[in-house]
Amino acid sequence: MASFKSENLTILGANIHLRRAGKGPPLLFLHGAGGVNVWFPFYEKLAESFELIVPDHPGFGQSDTPAWLRNIGDAAFYYLELIAALKLAKPHVVGTSLGGWIAAEAAVRDCAPFGRMTLVAPAGLRVAGVPAGDPFIWSHEEHTRALYHDQGFAERALAAPVSPELADIQIKNRYAFARLAWQPRLYNPDLERWLHRIKVPVQIVWGNDDKLIPVAYAQAWLKQLPKARLLPIANCGHLPHVERPDEVANAVKSFAREAAP
Amino acid sequence: MKFYAFHLMPYRHLDMAEAAKYRSYWSVLPNRLYDPAVGAELYQEYIDQLMMAATLGFDGVCVNEHHQTAYGLMPAPNLIASILIDRTRGMKTKIPIIGRALPLLNNPLVVAEEYAMLDNLSHGRIVAGFVRGIGVEYHSSGVNPIYSHERFHEAHDLIIRAWTEPGPFEYEGEHYNFRYVNTWPRTVQRPHPPVWIPSQGSAETIDWASAPERKYPFIITFSPMDSVLRFHDLYKQAARQQGYEASGEQLGWAVPVYVAETDEIAIREATPHIEALFNNFLHMPLEMVLPPGYTSIKSMKAILATKKGMTTAKQTMKDILEKGTFVVGSPATVRERIEQAHAKSGLKVMVPMIQFGTLPDQNVKKSLELFAKEVLPKVRGLGEGAGRVRTAAE
Repeated sequence: MASFKSENLTILGANIHLRRAGKGPPLLFLHGAGGVNVWFPFYEKLAESFELIVPDHPGFGQSDTPAWLRNIGDAAFYYLELIAALKLAKPHVVGTSLGGWIAAEAAVRDCAPFGRMTLVAPAGLRVAGVPAGDPFIWSHEEHTRALYHDQGFAERALAAPVSPELADIQIKNRYAFARLAWQPRLYNPDLERWLHRIKVPVQIVWGNDDKLIPVAYAQAWLKQLPKARLLPIANCGHLPHVERPDEVANAVKSFAREAAP
Repeated sequence: MKFYAFHLMPYRHLDMAEAAKYRSYWSVLPNRLYDPAVGAELYQEYIDQLMMAATLGFDGVCVNEHHQTAYGLMPAPNLIASILIDRTRGMKTKIPIIGRALPLLNNPLVVAEEYAMLDNLSHGRIVAGFVRGIGVEYHSSGVNPIYSHERFHEAHDLIIRAWTEPGPFEYEGEHYNFRYVNTWPRTVQRPHPPVWIPSQGSAETIDWASAPERKYPFIITFSPMDSVLRFHDLYKQAARQQGYEASGEQLGWAVPVYVAETDEIAIREATPHIEALFNNFLHMPLEMVLPPGYTSIKSMKAILATKKGMTTAKQTMKDILEKGTFVVGSPATVRERIEQAHAKSGLKVMVPMIQFGTLPDQNVKKSLELFAKEVLPKVRGLGEGAGRVRTAAE
């Protein structure tokens, strides 16, 4: 089922692990705080139409935790370096949750290397009066349940066996997540002031039953990115690409087709 | 041996049934459960208890810092220290502040300044405790626990320099940067007030505290007796590896203590209150006790493997007695526990917590009186005039 190829490369002195699958125009997928522990059907669907590249962020999964990784800005600059190092030509960047936040932080710094962007329930902004969930205080079970609308996904995730290697990676991911997102909790108060610098077309996907980052946050993104398109997904939680892989993959594909001359 | 009475100042009138509805007694416990009319009286009660200890001849009285919790009502321990300093004017009583939580501060120079003020106000009677704060305080302060160790070490170094180097000078660090460091007032104790490191114990902290340039007393807190002895041994080994023999003054033990007429009475009277300490006030899930980075990934894996860090499991008096996390009994029993601990580790710093959990005022006073009259005179002389520290292996 693992129809991807793993490779390792060194960027900014750090050993980075990434997966490649499929052929077509480049698509860079930036994962959320949980990392890439399962090769979801979503990736397979993207690989049908794109050259899909799925790195482990620095600090996550099988990538190193470099000393220079101190905050979200470091992760953002790193991805500008990665796009250059891989010589990706205007990749479509798809980022979910933490990955969406990193994508936006990178794009406000320099969006020239980006093609289009699909942000799936991105972290990074705050909405006064609409508290986000707190994944750092939740238990593993609470956190898992809060990620999904359909609790069947949560049940299966909770029941899945955890190998010692995966258990280690889960701890590592949690530490890296805290490094980037502990304070302020899941946002950067400066980000919204600079979102207007993102000049490439943006599509925002959000589950309407997101218990981690409520769908009301989508409006904050639209306010700063008035040309962005919002795709709300009914009966769906924080991980639309897991709960609704077809819908989200099709949205990415049709959004990408609009770019074609 | 020296004896320093210690208090957490818990909100002992907490509605436990109501509090039990929440995730923890820390950070998320609604502060509507605190009644200021009740709390204001508690401060007086607790200050009087510490003053009673000072008057009865304890070598010192200690305060400490905790935030957003019914477990301890001293988010600003220096305020209480200041009162104790004034009320012990003319006495020799030491005032250890056993622990300002350095990493939680964005400006550690306030600790250099406040401790220097207290050192002046007390004519050199303070002990400067430095801690990292407990894990949940990274939730209450917002400080990123990933940087807990870095901030602790940097803040410590900055404060020591602020006390010992002529100011003004410039400080450039990773977490802290100051164009002007210039501590007014200077400390009375030179080169600086004695530093204590209270800790639940880690090899890393022990190596650091025992380094020859520091030789900071290591006060192991609220731990089972075998851990107390193990960490004291680790400290002694670390000192030896660094070329010197640790003295008993570098080995401390902070532990709740209760004395009554007989073992049976002591255990009966203390049981609900010590259980409230361990099962209620200290109740919190792993995510609050050990946020990411508070411990190394390696320690975190070990803890998860054994579930050792879980404070959710209820402890009965029997468990507590078996582990030796509580010193309780008749004066003879309590004396014996102290003698044994001293004989095994050579420790010469004991920090009895005189009130714990929901323990009422009259019990605190009775226990204090018995301790001061029937225990203290017999254990004071332990280790005084003795040679080097013995090790458990000897």
